Amino acid sequence: MNPYRKDFPIFEGNDKIYFDNAATTQRPARVFAEMTAFNDTCNANPLRGLYAWSVEATDRYEQARHTAAAFIGAAQDCQIIFTRNATESINLVAYTWGMANIGEGDEILISIMEHHSNILPWQMVARQKKARLVYLECLPDGTITDEEIESKLTDRTKLVGIGHVSNVMGVTNPVEKIIALAHQKGAVVLVDGAQSAPHMPIDVRKMDADFFAFSGHKLCGPMGIGVLYGKKELLEDMPPFLTGGEMIEYVTRESATYAELPHKFEAGTVNATGAVGLEAAIRYIQEIGFETIMKTEETLTARLIARLRETPHVTVYGQEDPSKHCGIVTFNIEGCHPHDVASVLDTENIYIRAGHHCAQPLMKWMGVGSTARASLYFYNTEEEVDRFADKISQVRGWLGYGD
Amino acid sequence: MEIKSLYREIVNEHNLYPGHKYDLENPTMVLQGINPSCGDDINLQLRIEDDIITDASFNGSGCAISQASADMMIDLIIGKRKEEALRLAETFMGMIKGTATAGQIESLEEAAALQDISHMPARVKCAVLGWRTMRQMLEEINK
Repeated sequence: MNPYRKDFPIFEGNDKIYFDNAATTQRPARVFAEMTAFNDTCNANPLRGLYAWSVEATDRYEQARHTAAAFIGAAQDCQIIFTRNATESINLVAYTWGMANIGEGDEILISIMEHHSNILPWQMVARQKKARLVYLECLPDGTITDEEIESKLTDRTKLVGIGHVSNVMGVTNPVEKIIALAHQKGAVVLVDGAQSAPHMPIDVRKMDADFFAFSGHKLCGPMGIGVLYGKKELLEDMPPFLTGGEMIEYVTRESATYAELPHKFEAGTVNATGAVGLEAAIRYIQEIGFETIMKTEETLTARLIARLRETPHVTVYGQEDPSKHCGIVTFNIEGCHPHDVASVLDTENIYIRAGHHCAQPLMKWMGVGSTARASLYFYNTEEEVDRFADKISQVRGWLGYGD
Repeated sequence: MEIKSLYREIVNEHNLYPGHKYDLENPTMVLQGINPSCGDDINLQLRIEDDIITDASFNGSGCAISQASADMMIDLIIGKRKEEALRLAETFMGMIKGTATAGQIESLEEAAALQDISHMPARVKCAVLGWRTMRQMLEEINK
């Protein structure tokens, strides 16, 4: 039996198979226990109070920042900006660094595998600044070749936005290589870590990422808290994103001077409860350890892909090697629309995602309207994988086919 | 009705063996209906003579519910006056929203089988795609 299962109240007393972890993960009881403890012992508005509760709330909030910084290998806590999620982190960079540094005729390079959240902000910048949005194409299995990277990076490339792990293919992109080559061209690189930070150790300094974004809710944290990491010199030069309280030094009738990092980018009352929950989630993940997480996911993914490959009429997308899926298995059943597949599996208490996975350009490139996706995490089990695979072999029957 | 029974008893038949999924030779109106978020896509074709829908068909791709619903709709509207087809569309929408009476729902004949889609919010737009497209076409004539 999976030893982590019992940490999650949502799995108690039912046989639901939750295979939609790339969308959001489940949360262990301790995450909300920590949030409740904050609420019950020191809730006050952080960062400005002159009394004990507010000081304590500030400490807890900044402690969360420290934990998040250590989690991804940031040199300093002030390089961690708390946002609502990875989407907001990317938008922050687009609206501030992007609008200030990208101009007419410049190029923004992103991959065809990006989530909409790493496409639309750059479409906006490109449109407003008359810049060009260029796509890194991939091979059918999701590989981005060195030749492709080298041919698409030019002297006009100002920014590269790259998903660390594709939420459809599950493939880990060669971010270190992309970053090294982009830096040679003088470009800045934003890594969308929404699908990587939950599954593998991240070291933003080793990677040499200029910006790194991730969400708390995909790594057992609460919804509504995410992180933007940035290199200090970049963050310091950037104009603020949102303005208002908590992010100023002096305000006169006509002007204001902004607070130091990271507060310059955290206007208004912050999500301290969320940050405390994120910290609890990160500590939980660290206790389990990425070695265990990766090993468990790899074993489950290998089993799942093997079972699906032996099931007639099933196509599995992405890499041959299950260890290159990051727990994400995207597939289709011949003749069955993914929404119908998800609907009938729902009646079997199996929860998967179906549709375009917020990656419509990729779906179009793959030549499919939509796909079904099972995505695993360390709390899933082999029994679940087997039950899932058994049911997959019955789907065509439920949808009216004779075989 | 549980969704598996819904598929078994009605949707699969119309999805896998549709009676009206082909191109009309001489349609008087053609309109594409799309659900962008799921990729359901139908091309609805009507032949209307003297305000009567004398023939209808569709083509397209999408989930079983979207395709089967369009096929059942066409079964129902061929030979009807356009006002009557519009009234049936209102009834279908009402059934999905849970506001139609039992008597009204009966007028939908086989399409009434999709009543339980009202409990499956994610699938509502699939079921109404054909009806929504037809309504748009017929309202266009009235403009």
